[in-house]
Amino acid sequence: MSLPPSSTEHAQKVATPALLICEYCDTVHRRRPLAYGEVARCLRCQAVLERHQRIGVNGMFALVVTVMVVFVQANVWPIITLGLNGEQIRTTLWGIIVMMWKEHSQVVAVLAAGTLFFFPLCKMLTLGWLLAYGRIGRRAPGFGRLMVIMHYINPWTMSEVFVLGVLVSIVKAHLYFDVKPDIGVFAYAALAVLITIFSGIDVRQLWDKIPEQVP
Amino acid sequence: MSALPRAHELGVIGCHICGLVCRDAGVEDAACPRCGAELHRRKPDSCARTWALLVAAFLLYIPANVLPIMRTVSLGDVDDNTILSGVIELWVKGSPDLAVIVFTASIVVPMMKFLVMTTLLLSVHRGTNWARTQRSKLFRLVEFIGYWSMLDVFVVSLLTALVQFGFFSQVEPLPGVVYFGLTVVLTMLASMSFDPRLIWDCKDEDD
Repeated sequence: MSLPPSSTEHAQKVATPALLICEYCDTVHRRRPLAYGEVARCLRCQAVLERHQRIGVNGMFALVVTVMVVFVQANVWPIITLGLNGEQIRTTLWGIIVMMWKEHSQVVAVLAAGTLFFFPLCKMLTLGWLLAYGRIGRRAPGFGRLMVIMHYINPWTMSEVFVLGVLVSIVKAHLYFDVKPDIGVFAYAALAVLITIFSGIDVRQLWDKIPEQVP
Repeated sequence: MSALPRAHELGVIGCHICGLVCRDAGVEDAACPRCGAELHRRKPDSCARTWALLVAAFLLYIPANVLPIMRTVSLGDVDDNTILSGVIELWVKGSPDLAVIVFTASIVVPMMKFLVMTTLLLSVHRGTNWARTQRSKLFRLVEFIGYWSMLDVFVVSLLTALVQFGFFSQVEPLPGVVYFGLTVVLTMLASMSFDPRLIWDCKDEDD
């Protein structure tokens, strides 16, 4: 479903929420309220302009809290257990990061720590902070700056790739050893599901949903 | 004016960060009134930056494939694996389906990124009208699948941490995996610095 473009008179104000610009081809569209399940697409390049957001600020907050709980589980519990001759090795995410650092692959250790721990953590905490205030209809201190930071962090969270990595590692290690998925991997699987739900949510809607209070 | 007006025709700019539609004041360092980010019509030096990052990524991709990424020591038997030999091992010994996934993530996706980004850059330089919708879609695809290439890096890390039985068995990361991780990061940066609006910036004839 696409929206017809507007005429020039709308463009005169500084901020015009009635308009929408496709971020892939710069075509200007007139915004229209979307019904349940509807998606607005650009007429020129067919990119998604906007989705109907069925989850409000409260729902998003609930999701973020859930993600936080699951994230803690995923980091505390071992992910895979490996046995050989009665000896057992269990590994956690931080065990992996520390081991890569020791094995002279510091670059990989830093990449893993960033994309699997620090960036997801920053994103969750930031979003939780913004939404906790958003629920009472206020903009959290530092709202604007945090929204910008979140925009930059977003592409660098890779927990869902890690889940697939765990799966491949189990199969690979299974060629030689007795491997079992541990509790942590189920937490990661749950995290991957939650991330998928989240991917349909455009965080930028918070700019409109949490209005600036007039002092 | 065409039926589908573009931002510059209406004298507006869409903020690249928060998406707000702002009036174009025509000054150099205008900032978005909502998020404070700098406003620009196109990402600055988009083509030059993308080329630079893409070439750097490609240069690192060569050692990433040639050098082994992982050493498996088993009862004194040393076995070095490259990305490709790891895929073959998975195919032969265990599960062809996972081998396909790893092959896609580690070889198809990076190669596709190089090809697609080069095609996009060349076509933007030539200012051609050719297949603009498809090129736009290709860019979104590359943007979407880019980070899945990290799969092999995580697999090597996991195996390294897991298999530590001293003399009996051990897995060590080798330099190839570092080059590969850097390749993925650089290709991601390359696709982020490319401005897909440029695809549509040539003269319209068919609109």
